[in-house]
Amino acid sequence: MGKVVNVIIVGVGGQGTLLSSRVLAKAAMLNGFDVKMSEVHGMAQRGGSVVTQVRFGPKVYSPLIRMGEADVVLAFEKLEALRLMPYLAEGGRLIVNDLAINPLPVMIRAAKYPDQEAAAVKEQMKNSCFFNATAIAEGLGEPRAANLVLLGAMARYLDIPEPVWEEAIKATVPAKAQEVNLAAFKAGEKA
Amino acid sequence: MGDLMLGNEAIARGAYEAGVKVGTAYPGTPSTEIIENLSRYPGVYTEWAPNEKVALEVGIGSSIAGARTLVAMKHVGVNVAADPLLTLAYTGVSGGLVLITADDPGMHSSQNEQDNRGYARMAKLPILEPSDSQEAKDMVRLSLELSEEYDSPVLLRITTRLAHSQSIVETAEPSQVELKPYQKDAAKYVMLPVNARARHAKVEERRQKLEELAETIPINRIEWGDRRIGIITSGVVYQYAKEVLPDASYLKLGMTNPLPRRLIEEFVRGVETAYVIEELEPIIEESVRSWGLPVHGKDLMPRMGELSPEIIANRVLGETVSISHPAPAALPPRPPMMCPGCPHRGMFFELNRSKVVVSGDIGCYTLGASPPLSSMDTTICMGASIGAALGMEKARGKEFARKLVAVIGDSTFIHSGITPLVDVVYNGGTTTVIILDNRTTAMTGHQNHPGTGKRVSGETAPSLDLEALVRAIGIERVRVIDPLNVKETRQVLKEELAAEAPSVIISRRPCVLIDKTVRPPLAVDQEKCNGCTACIRTGCPGLELYEEKKVRINTQFCTSCTLCAQICPLDAIVEGGTANG
Repeated sequence: MGKVVNVIIVGVGGQGTLLSSRVLAKAAMLNGFDVKMSEVHGMAQRGGSVVTQVRFGPKVYSPLIRMGEADVVLAFEKLEALRLMPYLAEGGRLIVNDLAINPLPVMIRAAKYPDQEAAAVKEQMKNSCFFNATAIAEGLGEPRAANLVLLGAMARYLDIPEPVWEEAIKATVPAKAQEVNLAAFKAGEKA
Repeated sequence: MGDLMLGNEAIARGAYEAGVKVGTAYPGTPSTEIIENLSRYPGVYTEWAPNEKVALEVGIGSSIAGARTLVAMKHVGVNVAADPLLTLAYTGVSGGLVLITADDPGMHSSQNEQDNRGYARMAKLPILEPSDSQEAKDMVRLSLELSEEYDSPVLLRITTRLAHSQSIVETAEPSQVELKPYQKDAAKYVMLPVNARARHAKVEERRQKLEELAETIPINRIEWGDRRIGIITSGVVYQYAKEVLPDASYLKLGMTNPLPRRLIEEFVRGVETAYVIEELEPIIEESVRSWGLPVHGKDLMPRMGELSPEIIANRVLGETVSISHPAPAALPPRPPMMCPGCPHRGMFFELNRSKVVVSGDIGCYTLGASPPLSSMDTTICMGASIGAALGMEKARGKEFARKLVAVIGDSTFIHSGITPLVDVVYNGGTTTVIILDNRTTAMTGHQNHPGTGKRVSGETAPSLDLEALVRAIGIERVRVIDPLNVKETRQVLKEELAAEAPSVIISRRPCVLIDKTVRPPLAVDQEKCNGCTACIRTGCPGLELYEEKKVRINTQFCTSCTLCAQICPLDAIVEGGTANG
C-alpha cells in the first residue's frame, strides 16, 4: 500500500485557494487515487485565513491532516505560509507566493507584519520556494489566475501526469476562464 | 468511477435519487449548499423559507400531503424549528421526512457549539450520522425509508467536517417515487390533547421498535480487529480514529439514537479496553455507563471543540505532535473582516463615532464588533437585537434609549426581527432599529430571501417592501439612507436617536460582492495628506499605512466606495487612481 500524500493550501479569503484545492482533488481522483478534501466556508472567508486540506492515496480515512505530516504547504501569502509551517513534515516542501497582505491587526498598527521572519525562512529553509505568482498572472493579463500559477508550481512535486491536470482544470474551471487558467498553470510549472 | 462531492452535495444527490419532491431550508453554515445543490435537480421543488421554523412547517405539510421531503438547517436553526419538530415527533409522517441538522463543533461560523444529538433523545427520534460523502448520500435514502416504515421524522446529523469535506461518491439513477394518497386523519395530525395522548403512546411503541432495529441495522456494525483497543464512535470522528488506530476494533454507529444496547455490550465485552470517542457531549458514553459497562470517554477526551486525529492519538496512545518546522515567531492573527467597499462599514463607522450602545445580530455585520469599528455590545442569536434593545430601554429608561440602537440585516430581520419590532411598538419602546439592507443573505454566500425579488432557483418573486412592512407594524419614523453617504448617515442617525419615538432606519445599499460595477480605485494626494490616519479608522483593507504616517490606496482592494474620501478632513483622497497613489 502506497503512502497518502498530504497537501495544505492556505491563503487569504478571496484569493481563490478553494478553486486550486478542487482542481488538485479532481486531478488526484482522475489519477485513480482515493481523495478527501476539507474546505472552509462562511465567516472565515471574509478576508480571514482560509485553509484547505487535500489528502490522496490508495485509501484515505481522515479529511484532516495531522500537524507535522503535510508533504506540501502551498501558501498564497507569506504570513499564512509561516502560520502553517508547523503542519509541514520533516522534509516537507513549502511553496510560497512572495506577496504580503496585511491582516487587520497590522493595518491598524496593533501588530507588525513578519517581514524579517519570512525573509529568513526564504533564505534558510531547504525545500522552500518563494516566487511572485501574482506578477506572473498579471503578465498573463489575469491577476486572479495566480491561484493556478501556484498550483502549477506545486504540480512538479506531485506524481500526477500533465494530461490529468489539464483534464482536472477543464472539469473544474468555468469554460470561459479555461484558457487563461491553463496558461497560468503551465506558467507555474515553469516558474 | 464516482465523483468528488461535498457532504452537502452528496445529501442533495441522495435526496434527488430517493425521490424527494420538496426541499426547504433557511441558509446557515454549514448547511447552505444542500438546498443550493438540490435546487439544480429537475422535478424537485426547493425553497429558501424565511426561517427554519417555517422551513420545517412547509416540510411537514409536504410530508402529510404524501411527498418525500428534505428540510435542512444549521444546528442553531433547529432551536428555531424545535416547536414544530417536537410535535411532529408525535404526529409522524406520510411521505418520508428527513431533517438535516448541520452541527458546527469548533464554531467555525456559529455562536455556539450545541450537540443536536440531544434533540433526538428529547424528541425520541432516530438520528443517523454519516462519516463521509458516500454515507451521507446513502443515509438520506435510508432516512426516508425509515421515516415511512416507522412513521417518524428522521434526523440526519452532519458536522462541518462532513458538510464541507469532499470525498468520492458513486451516483445512481433516481427512483420513481409516487406521492402517497392524501388522507384526512385528525387523530394523527390534529394534536388536541386527547389525540396527542394517544400519539405519545405510539411514540413510545416506536421508540421500542427502533431500539430493536438498532441492534440489527447494517449501519451499526462491528469491525473486529486488534481486541486490545475497542472504539465506539460515529460520524466523521470514525475517520479520525481509523487514521490513528487503523488496526483497532470498532463499533461504528451509523444510528446514535436509540442505541443498540446488546450490540454495545457484546463489543465492550469483546475488547480489553473500550473507548467512546465522540465530539462534544458524552451522549453515547452516558448510556453505555448507565448499563454498567466500563468505558473511557470524556475522562480522556475534551467536551469542547472539534476532535482531530492529533487529539485521539494523544489521548488514547499518549502520542504528542512532533513539529519539524515551528512557526518562526508569534504571528499576528488574520481575523475575518468586512470586505473593502462593504456598505456596513459606513454605518459602523458612524456608530463607533457616536459612541452608542449597539444591540447586534447575526450576519456579516457582526464583524462590526471587531476593531477598529468595535461597535457591537451584544450578539446572541438570529433576531435578538431588537428585543434585547427594548429590554435595555425598559431596564434603564428612555434616556438610555437616546444612545441605543439595534442593528439587524435584511435577511435576519425577515427571519425573526418582525415580531420583536411589533413588541417595540406595542409596549412603547423608543429605540432606533437599523435594518442593514444589503439586498441579500451575504454571510452564507448570497442567498435570495423574500426581500430580494428572487427565489432559490433565481426566478422572479414578489419583493417584500420593508418600508411598508415596518409602517404597518406601527413605526411612523421610517428613514431610508445610503450608508456610504457619510453626511446623510450622520444626520439621520442623530435625528432618530434624539426622537422619543420608535424609529427604523433602513440602511440600504447592495452588498459590494453582488454589485458588479467596476470603478477605478481612488488615490491619495500625497501633497495634501498629513498622516492624520482618520481614514484608517474605517478599517478598510483598501487603505495602507506606510513609512510611519503616510497613507496610500491598495489598488488591489479599493472599490472606490469613497467612504474614506468623505471622512478625510483635508480632502486628500481623490478619484482617478492608477498605480499605487
